[in-house]
Amino acid sequence: MNLTLKVWRQRDARSQGHFVTYEAKNVLSDMSFLEMLDVVNEELTVRGEEPIAFDSDCREGICGTCSMVINGLAHGGHTGTTVCQLHMRHFHDGQTILIEPWRARPFPVLKDLITDRSAFDRIIQAGGFVSVNTGGAPDGNALPIPKTSAEQAMDAAACIGCGACVAACKNASAMLFVSAKVSHLATLPQGKAERERRVLNMVQTMDKEGFGNCTVTGSCEAVCPKEISLDFIAQMNREYGKAILRNSVPSKTKGGD
Amino acid sequence: MKLDAKIPAGPLAQKWDQHRFALKLINPANKRKHDIIVLGTGLAGASAAATLAELGYNVKAFCYQDSPRRAHSIAAQGGINAAKNYQNDGDSVYRLFYDTVKGGDFRAREANVYRLAQVSVNIIDQCVAQGVPFAREYGGLLANRSFGGAQVSRTFYARGQTGQQLLLGAYQALCRQVAAGKITLFPRTEMLDLVVVNGHARGIIARDLVTGAVTAHAGDAVVMATGGYSNVYYLSTNARGCNVTATWRAYKKGAAFANPCYTQIHPTCIPVSGEHQSKLTLMSESLRNDGRVWAPKKKGDTRAPGNIPEAERDYYLERKYPSFGNLAPRDISSRAAKEVCDEGRGVGPGGRGVNLDFAAAIQRLGEAAIRERYGNLFDMYEKITGENAYRTPMRIYPAVHYSMGGLWVDYNLMSTVPGLFVLGEANFSDHGANRLGASALMQGLADGYFILPYTIGDYLATAKQPPASTSQPEFQKAISEVTDTARRLLAINGKRSVNSFHKQLGSLLWEKCGMARDDKGLESALWEIPALRADFWKDVKVTGRGEELNQSLEYAGRVADFFEFAELLCLDARHRRESCGGHFRTEYQTPDGEARRDDENFAYVAAWEFAGPDKPPILNKEPLVYDDVHMSTRSYK
Repeated sequence: MNLTLKVWRQRDARSQGHFVTYEAKNVLSDMSFLEMLDVVNEELTVRGEEPIAFDSDCREGICGTCSMVINGLAHGGHTGTTVCQLHMRHFHDGQTILIEPWRARPFPVLKDLITDRSAFDRIIQAGGFVSVNTGGAPDGNALPIPKTSAEQAMDAAACIGCGACVAACKNASAMLFVSAKVSHLATLPQGKAERERRVLNMVQTMDKEGFGNCTVTGSCEAVCPKEISLDFIAQMNREYGKAILRNSVPSKTKGGD
Repeated sequence: MKLDAKIPAGPLAQKWDQHRFALKLINPANKRKHDIIVLGTGLAGASAAATLAELGYNVKAFCYQDSPRRAHSIAAQGGINAAKNYQNDGDSVYRLFYDTVKGGDFRAREANVYRLAQVSVNIIDQCVAQGVPFAREYGGLLANRSFGGAQVSRTFYARGQTGQQLLLGAYQALCRQVAAGKITLFPRTEMLDLVVVNGHARGIIARDLVTGAVTAHAGDAVVMATGGYSNVYYLSTNARGCNVTATWRAYKKGAAFANPCYTQIHPTCIPVSGEHQSKLTLMSESLRNDGRVWAPKKKGDTRAPGNIPEAERDYYLERKYPSFGNLAPRDISSRAAKEVCDEGRGVGPGGRGVNLDFAAAIQRLGEAAIRERYGNLFDMYEKITGENAYRTPMRIYPAVHYSMGGLWVDYNLMSTVPGLFVLGEANFSDHGANRLGASALMQGLADGYFILPYTIGDYLATAKQPPASTSQPEFQKAISEVTDTARRLLAINGKRSVNSFHKQLGSLLWEKCGMARDDKGLESALWEIPALRADFWKDVKVTGRGEELNQSLEYAGRVADFFEFAELLCLDARHRRESCGGHFRTEYQTPDGEARRDDENFAYVAAWEFAGPDKPPILNKEPLVYDDVHMSTRSYK
């Protein structure tokens, strides 16, 4: 099949971007979307033009690197699919495809379709962990965890941190990403000790990075390649509410060990 | 070069304990005076960076990805081994040790493997404490599954995303230390050279992949955890960015490269579908727990799998290896698949595929149980092929997956360059000539959490080197070399893309140094590679500038290193005139087509030493001595 691509090109973070039209010829249906772009880039290179810069790495839907908006939908809008898993059999001959980077202020464009998502790392640094040092952990079976809790934690932990939730949200809210980590750790006994501190710090950092508020439209859940549920946002809101209430009373013990 | 593996004396089971006691310590107040550079943030790199920072060292962590969480360990699916014996099925540290040595076809270092089995149990405890959501039974205890090359259930897993969950655990530990100010992160930064001063590794040269700035970083030790070199084959299960650059540049600065010919071809991958394919996708080996591998008995049988009656199917793994069946180790299963396809009994387009059939398991356990165990893998399969594997068998074929070879390290994980430590897939030490499934995650985390943090202290306490500084002439020289290489690549302005050269190199290697190798093919590869490399340096087209985000320049640098490395790979494969594990020389096989080892002449680690740009490398040998296990012929029959 032959396709027309309208691709966002932007030299660097400071430059203005614009759409450039390319023809993609003889595209095969068993190619992945990124392999189709590889072929376009080959042709551009041989012609001496600069290839389209885009992020990708594992190309099997788990690293969370690939990130583009296709015809207005993050990752192309197929259920549970990253761009690298999207195959050309979902497109038809003669189609025009619009390709853009994630568009959200906290994810500045670095070049063409590549954005800077380090804000997500900073949110995890604010509290998305269990504070245990290496060594001294009790036996793995010392603490039984109900299967349902383990499964629920895993559902949340499946997040790949790609940022599609932010790209899809009209407010550029990162609530689905943040709630996935908050819920994963709050569901397991190992994460319970720090659950209040964690949610307060992560939400504060999320706000500071400039992500918007959640108005529960569900557009994040719709594009999430790992089908992370909106329920986790509800769980985070409960965690946050409880933490705010309990922490509004100043602690009497301060410092000193 | 003198290879001293520094294996401690004493009985096997006590070596590590005694060694830990003998290692010099650094007191907590002095640890914070040491800067350590960690390259790569996969399981080995992230766990090492986090643990070193917890101990008090100042860590600089580098990765080429935009976030440390995206390192390719994340793609590991099936699980992680540990000798917990939770299933009461006869597992033990010794059994895990023995299975690993045997699985590696008696080409691994005994003491290292035993230590790996010992610390395996601590890894599970550590990961559980971090909140890794391992699969559990209804009673709340940890679940296990079986993996190839073992007759016990010792593999811990988190659905089909075990690597992801373990990596996120390590990444979160790393993030905690970033917040504590003990780790400085350098994402989107690629290491391009190792700096050696007075014979010690004292720093690196790195390129900021966003701005193109080339900068020097000094440290008291360098920890390299940069993964394997499977992408030299172009098509592999590795991520697109995986490369040999870090280890190769270290080799050229004096670190010996060990056993490069030990490459693992994984038996269960989705077959190649067309010439534009950019990578191959693995289907976890855990699927062989419930899936049965078969091919039609008749050549050229094009009937749909469902229309081939039971009597006309050849469950060849069950037939040839009745005691291990579908759980035969990877090298053996891969070769068996190739054999069947070479006989003309392969299935699917091009006949390069065999069936992995779940019908029996679905009938026995129900579709829901299979979905719970492998749902994400079945979904992944459907996305790529458009087929539903609950209804029709998966089609699979072997693909390049892992490199057992890597930089030579001693028992302390230190390379032949003092101060350069090498962890995880980047080193050579634990898997011999073939790695068992679910052992890579175990090794990466063992090295990073439980081994390096002890051994590096001994180096720092005894090396007594003056403080490193980027103003030293060695750093300035390395910066100008790195900048020069980039300038040269950009100036060629030829006619062919980097990708086209990489693809050509890959298919050459797959053909001549892939699943089966022979002297004639390797000899011709050793002629063809330098010729193709010369073409590359004459005719490659690298667009853009050096001082910007430039993906073609990044790629060109990596492929240039693959071109040099490919020659060493073939040289090693040619010199090893025996078959062992993943290295199968067609001249050396038993009458029934199994690998024939030559213990008398080849029971050694081949550690290649760089001798200069136009000189052949020097072969150094570390003899493999087995005190506790008897070197037998591997049998899974």
